[in-house]
Amino acid sequence: MGVLLFRWVLPVTLLLTCALGFQSDELLLDDEEFGIEGGRSSSFHSDSLPPSTAATSTSRKRFSESASDSKIQFTLQHAFGDSDFSDAGNFSARLKTWSHGGQTLTKLRFKRDPLTDVEKKSFQELLRGDDFYRIRLPSNVLSPPGREYIISSVKARCLPGDGLEEHFVIHMEGVNVLAVNYGAPGSCSYPRLLKLPAKWSFRSHTVLKNSEQAPRTPIFAEDALGGEEGDGEGIKPIERSFWAKYWMYLIPLGLILMNAVTQAMNMPEDQPGGQPGAPAQQQPGPAVQRGPSSGPVRRR
Amino acid sequence: MAMAIRVFLLLLFFLSSTNIGFSLFEDQVGLMDWHQQYIGKVKHALFHTQKTGRKRVLVSTEESVVASLDLRHGEIFWRHVLGTNDVVDGLDIALGKYVITLSSDGSILRAWNLPDGQMVWETSLQGSKTSKSILYISKNPKADKDDLILVFGKGSLHAVSGIDGEVLWRKDFAGESIEVSHIIQSTDKIYAAGFVGSSKFYVYGLNADTGKLLKDDHTILPCDTFGELLSVSGDKFVVLDKMRSKILTINIKNGEISYKQKLISDLIKDSSGQAVILPSRLPELFALRIDSHVLTIKVTNEDDLVLVDKINNAAAVSDALSISEGQHSFAFIQHEGSNIHLFVKDVNDWNGDLLKESIIIDHQRGNIEKIFINNYVRTDRSYGFRALMVMEDHSLLLVQQGEIVWTREDGLASVVDVTTSELPVEKEGVSVAKVEQNLFEWLKGHVLKLKGTLMIASPEDVVAIQALRLRSSEKSKMTRDHNGFRKLLIVLTRAGKVFALHTGDGRVVWSILLHTLRKTEVCEHPVGLNIYQWQVPHHHALDENPSILVVGRCGPSLAAPAALSFIDAYTGKELNSLRLAHTIAQVIPLPYTDSTEQRLHLIIDIDRHAYLYPRTPEAIGILQREFSNVYWYSVEADNGIVRGHALKSNCIHKIVDEYCFDFRDLWSIVFPSESEKIIATVTRKSNEVVHTQAKVMTDYDVMYKYVSNNILFVANAAPKATGEIGTATPEEAWLVIYIIDTVTGRILHRMTHHGCQGPVHAVFSENWVVYHYFNLRAHRYEISVIEVYDQSRADNKDVWKFVLGKHNLTSPISSYYRPEVTTKSQSYFFTHSVKAIEVTLTSKGITSKQLLIGTIGDQVLALDKRFLDPRRTLNPSQAEKEEGIIPLTDSLPIISQSYITHSLKVEGLRGIVTVPAKLESTSLVFAYGVDLFLTQIAPSRTYDSLTEDFSYALLLLTIVALVAAIFVTWVLSERKDLQEKWK
Repeated sequence: MGVLLFRWVLPVTLLLTCALGFQSDELLLDDEEFGIEGGRSSSFHSDSLPPSTAATSTSRKRFSESASDSKIQFTLQHAFGDSDFSDAGNFSARLKTWSHGGQTLTKLRFKRDPLTDVEKKSFQELLRGDDFYRIRLPSNVLSPPGREYIISSVKARCLPGDGLEEHFVIHMEGVNVLAVNYGAPGSCSYPRLLKLPAKWSFRSHTVLKNSEQAPRTPIFAEDALGGEEGDGEGIKPIERSFWAKYWMYLIPLGLILMNAVTQAMNMPEDQPGGQPGAPAQQQPGPAVQRGPSSGPVRRR
Repeated sequence: MAMAIRVFLLLLFFLSSTNIGFSLFEDQVGLMDWHQQYIGKVKHALFHTQKTGRKRVLVSTEESVVASLDLRHGEIFWRHVLGTNDVVDGLDIALGKYVITLSSDGSILRAWNLPDGQMVWETSLQGSKTSKSILYISKNPKADKDDLILVFGKGSLHAVSGIDGEVLWRKDFAGESIEVSHIIQSTDKIYAAGFVGSSKFYVYGLNADTGKLLKDDHTILPCDTFGELLSVSGDKFVVLDKMRSKILTINIKNGEISYKQKLISDLIKDSSGQAVILPSRLPELFALRIDSHVLTIKVTNEDDLVLVDKINNAAAVSDALSISEGQHSFAFIQHEGSNIHLFVKDVNDWNGDLLKESIIIDHQRGNIEKIFINNYVRTDRSYGFRALMVMEDHSLLLVQQGEIVWTREDGLASVVDVTTSELPVEKEGVSVAKVEQNLFEWLKGHVLKLKGTLMIASPEDVVAIQALRLRSSEKSKMTRDHNGFRKLLIVLTRAGKVFALHTGDGRVVWSILLHTLRKTEVCEHPVGLNIYQWQVPHHHALDENPSILVVGRCGPSLAAPAALSFIDAYTGKELNSLRLAHTIAQVIPLPYTDSTEQRLHLIIDIDRHAYLYPRTPEAIGILQREFSNVYWYSVEADNGIVRGHALKSNCIHKIVDEYCFDFRDLWSIVFPSESEKIIATVTRKSNEVVHTQAKVMTDYDVMYKYVSNNILFVANAAPKATGEIGTATPEEAWLVIYIIDTVTGRILHRMTHHGCQGPVHAVFSENWVVYHYFNLRAHRYEISVIEVYDQSRADNKDVWKFVLGKHNLTSPISSYYRPEVTTKSQSYFFTHSVKAIEVTLTSKGITSKQLLIGTIGDQVLALDKRFLDPRRTLNPSQAEKEEGIIPLTDSLPIISQSYITHSLKVEGLRGIVTVPAKLESTSLVFAYGVDLFLTQIAPSRTYDSLTEDFSYALLLLTIVALVAAIFVTWVLSERKDLQEKWK
C-alpha cells in the first residue's frame, strides 16, 4: 500500500515513458502484435499467473473498478559464457494502473526468438565446457534498463531435455523487476552429463511473483490484560499424585515394613518356644513366604 | 536382620536426599562463568587525592564510560556507561564533591557524586547548531560560593550552577558563526575567544553574572591558521599558520587583541618536518612537535618566543600540575629502546629535574599515548609524583617510584572480532626442571593447605588458598580437556592488539600488539577488521600449532592498503605478516585445507580480482580441482544490489600472478531504490552441524528441512523508515524480507511486513531464521520466525521406499535443482529491544537450540527455540502437547531465571559468540562489550554428564554399604539356617 503511494505516476507520463521504452524495443523486434500468441517457428508455451498474486500486496484496499490498462513489453537478452549479451526474446504484459497510483503487471507472455546457427554453435560450446548460460532483464520495465540489468545464469547442461527447457520466475515490485530465477523446470542432476538437445527450440515457462504479506501477529486481549505471569511459566508440569511420584520409594519401604512386622511377630514366639512339635512345624510355613532373601539360602 | 533393615533405611535416606538441581544457585555463580569489567581507552583523567579519604582517579574514556578508579589497585569504585551515542567530551570536578561530565556534543551536562557515583543532577542544554563543545569550571576562590560551570556547546554559551544544574544564563553565538575554542575568566568578566573561518579571531566579553555582552572585538590575522588554538596562559594563545612554518602569538589583554608572529626556523635551525602544537596546557610554555623532537617554547611577557629545550624521542607531555603557590611542574616521557624515561620538571626552573625515573614497560604495550601526573608528599616531606599512562594498546598503567603499581587491560573493552582455538593436548609426564622450579611454590601451597585444614589460617591465607585452588583446579589448566570446555578465546581489539583468553578463568594467556596494525607514517589510521582460523590441525598435522589470520587495513575506506598477520595460537608469536599489494573488500574462507591443514582463503579486492591464500602451489592445485564449485556473493548495501559471483580464469595482468583470478557475475538482485533499502543480511554459520534432516510432525508425517549452506537472509526497510523509531508513520514503513540461495540467486521466500521498521537483528540456523524488528502499528517489538522445508524430498515418507532403496536422499543435491520449498512463519511480540541475537551451537547439533538475546539492559536472555515455533496453535492437541508444542501466545515470555548473565551486566553489549564444547549438551557463550562475560549453557540440561556437584563419594559409599548389607544379611540368614537345623 505504502509502496504504491511512493511512486505515484500520472497515467499520461506513464504512457509517454512507455512509448519511450518502446523505441529501443521496436528496433529489435519484428512488427508483430504482442498479445497474439503462437509464434512462427519456435514452439513455445507460456503460463502466467493470474493477477491474484500480483494484487496481494495491495489487497488491503482493492480498487477493482479503477484499473487502467496499457500494454508494454521488454526484452530478454542472453549471453553464452562470457560473451556479450544479445537479444533472445520478448516479454509482453499488461500494465495495470490502479487509481491510487500503484502499477502492476499482469498477463505476462513470453516469446523467444529462434536460435541462430551461430548461437546454436556457441550453445554447444557451452554444453561441452559445462559453462554458464546467462540471461538478463531490465530492472525497470517502463524505462529499461532501469538502474541496472538483472542477471541470472544456469549451467547450460541443465537446460537440454527433450528440447531446451527453461523456467523463469520473475519477482516484481510494481514495475520493477527485483530478480529473475532462471533454470530448468525440473531437476538438474549432479554430475551433469553432456547431452545435446534433440530440438533447438526453447520450451519456456514463466511465472510472475509479487511479495506476499507476512502473517499478522496474533493478539489476545485476555493475555494483554494479565496473562503475562501465566506465560512465564511456559508449560506447567501436570501435578501428579503423591503415589505417582513416590511409588518407587514407597513399595520397597512397604516391603521392608511387612518384612519387619513378620519378623517382629516371629521373634516373641521364638524366645518362649521351648516346645518342639506343633509350633515348630508351623514355623517353616511363614518362613517360606517371608521373602526372596531367605529363599536361596533355604534351598541350599 | 534388623541390622539389615536399618542399613537399608539409611541408604534410602541417603538416596532420597540427593536431589539434582538444574538451575543456578547463588553459590554457583562464578563456578562456570567469569565476568570482567573494563572502561576503555582513557581520554581524560583527574586525580582526587587531596582529602584523607580514598585516593582515586576519575576517568572518562572513548567507550563513553565515566569511572572512578582506586589509585592503589586500579579497581573500579564506580562506573557509568553512557552509551555509544553519548560521547563524553569534558570531565571536571566542581565544588570538590561533584564530577561534572559534558557529553553528546555538549548537550548533556551531568553531575555525579564523587564518593559513590550517584547522579546528582542532569541538565540538557539547548542549542541550534552543532559545534565543538568546551567545559570550563571557574574555581571560585571563596569556598562558600557556588562554582560556575561554563559550557560552550551547540553554538551557545551556557552558565550553569554547580549546585543544582540550573542554567543561569545563556548566550547564543549561532548568529555570529564563531567557533568558540576558549573560555577565559577574569574576576567578573568572561571572555569567549575563537575563530570565524580560519583567520578572523574574535573575542567576546560577557558579564559573568548576567551573561550580558559587554564588548566584542576582532582582528584579522595575516594568514590562515592550522590546527587548534592553544591557550598558554590566561590571555595568551598560540596557533600555527596554514603553512605550518610560523607561530602566531595572540594576546587579549583587557579585551584588546594583539598578535605577533615568528618563523619556526628562527627558533630551530635544521628542521624539515611538519610542526604540530601539542595540546598540553603549560603555564607560559607550549610544546611543539617537529620531526621526532619536541620543542618547549616559552612565551615571554612581551609575547616573544624563546626556545627553552629540545627533547629527543619524546612521546608524551602532560598538562601542568600546580604543586604549590606559583610552582608548576609537568612530566614528559622519553623512549630509549625498551626503557622509558619519565621526567618531571619545574616549569620555571628548567635545569633541574624534580623526578627522573626509568621504567621498563612490556613492548607489547606499544608507545605511551597520554600521561597524567599527580603529586603526593613523601615521608621525608618532599614531593613525589605518580603518573597515569595510557598506552598504545589502550591499557592503563600507574607508575610510582619507578615501578608499575598496577595495569588495566582496557583494550579488551573494544573487542572487534572473536575466534577460538583448542588448547594443546596434555603431554604425558612432567619435566623435572618444571617441578624443581616450582618446588618452593609447591611446598608453600601445601603449607597453606595444611594451615587451612588445621583452621589456623589467617584471612589472607584463606584468600591465597582459594586462589591456589582456583589455579590448580581443572578448569584453568592449559591443556585440552575431555569435555572441550577449556579453549582459548582469541580476540582482536580496536587498538590492533590480539589477546588470548582462557575460557576457564578469563586470564590473558598471551597478547601481541600487531605491528601491521600500528600507526605509522604510511598507515595513519589502521583498523583491525577480522580474525580467522588459519590452521586448525587435528588429524595428520597434530604436532603443529594452530594459527590464526588477522586482517587489517589502513583506514576505514575500502581502497586503503591492507595487511595480513599470521599468529601462532599457542605462543602468540607472529609467524608471518604481509603488506598486500591489493585491497581487501571481502575475505572468504573456503571449505578446503591443504596437507598442513591450512585453510584456503580467497581475498576479493575492489578491482574485481580474487586472490588465493596461502600462496603455495599445493593450494592452487586444490583450488583448480574445485574451481567450478566456488561461488560467493556480495552485498552492496548502499546500492541495494546483491550479486553472485564465480571464478572465471587467471588474471590478465602484465605481471603473471597465478594466485590471482578474475571472476564474473552470475546473478544479481536489484532492489528498487525508491521502496527498499538493505538494512540487515545474515547467513548461516559455516561451522554449524545439523543432526536431523527431517522433522517428524504430530501426525507422524515427515517434513524435510531445507538445509543449505548457501542461504542468505536479507531484510529491507522502506527508505523513509530507516531512521529511528518514531520518525516514520506506519503507512510509509514496511519491512521486506528475503531468503535467497546464494549460488543461483533464487529468491526462495519473500514477505512484506507492513507498518514495521528496523533495526533488524536476525540469526539464521539450520532451516530457520529468527528476526527482531519494530511494529509501528502495535507499538511493540516483534520477533518473527520463518522455517523453510524442502518439498522435493517430501515423497520419501514411505518405509518401503527406504527398504527398497527407492528414495532420493542419497543423490547429490545440486543448487540447480528447482527447489520446491514451503515456509511456515509466525510472529510474536517481544518486550525488549535487542542489541544482538545469537543461537547456541553444539558439536553434533542434537541438543535443542536456545536463542541468546542481548537485551537493552545489557544482559543475555536464553529463550527456547520452542517458543518460536511457527506451528504453535491456540489449543494444541494431546499429540502436539506430547511433542512439546506450547500453546500459542501473542508475546514471548521473559522468564527472569533464564537470564544467563544472572545478576551481572555486560555493559555496552555489542556481540555474543557461541562455541560448541566437545560435550554435546553444552556450549560456551561469550558476550562482549565494554565488559566480557563467559559462561557455559546446556539448553537441554546436561543429559550426557553428571553435574559438577555430583558426589562420587556418596556413590562409592552406597556401593560399599550395599555390599556390606549383602554380607550382613547373608551371615544373618546363614546363622538362622543353622539355628533352624539345630532345632
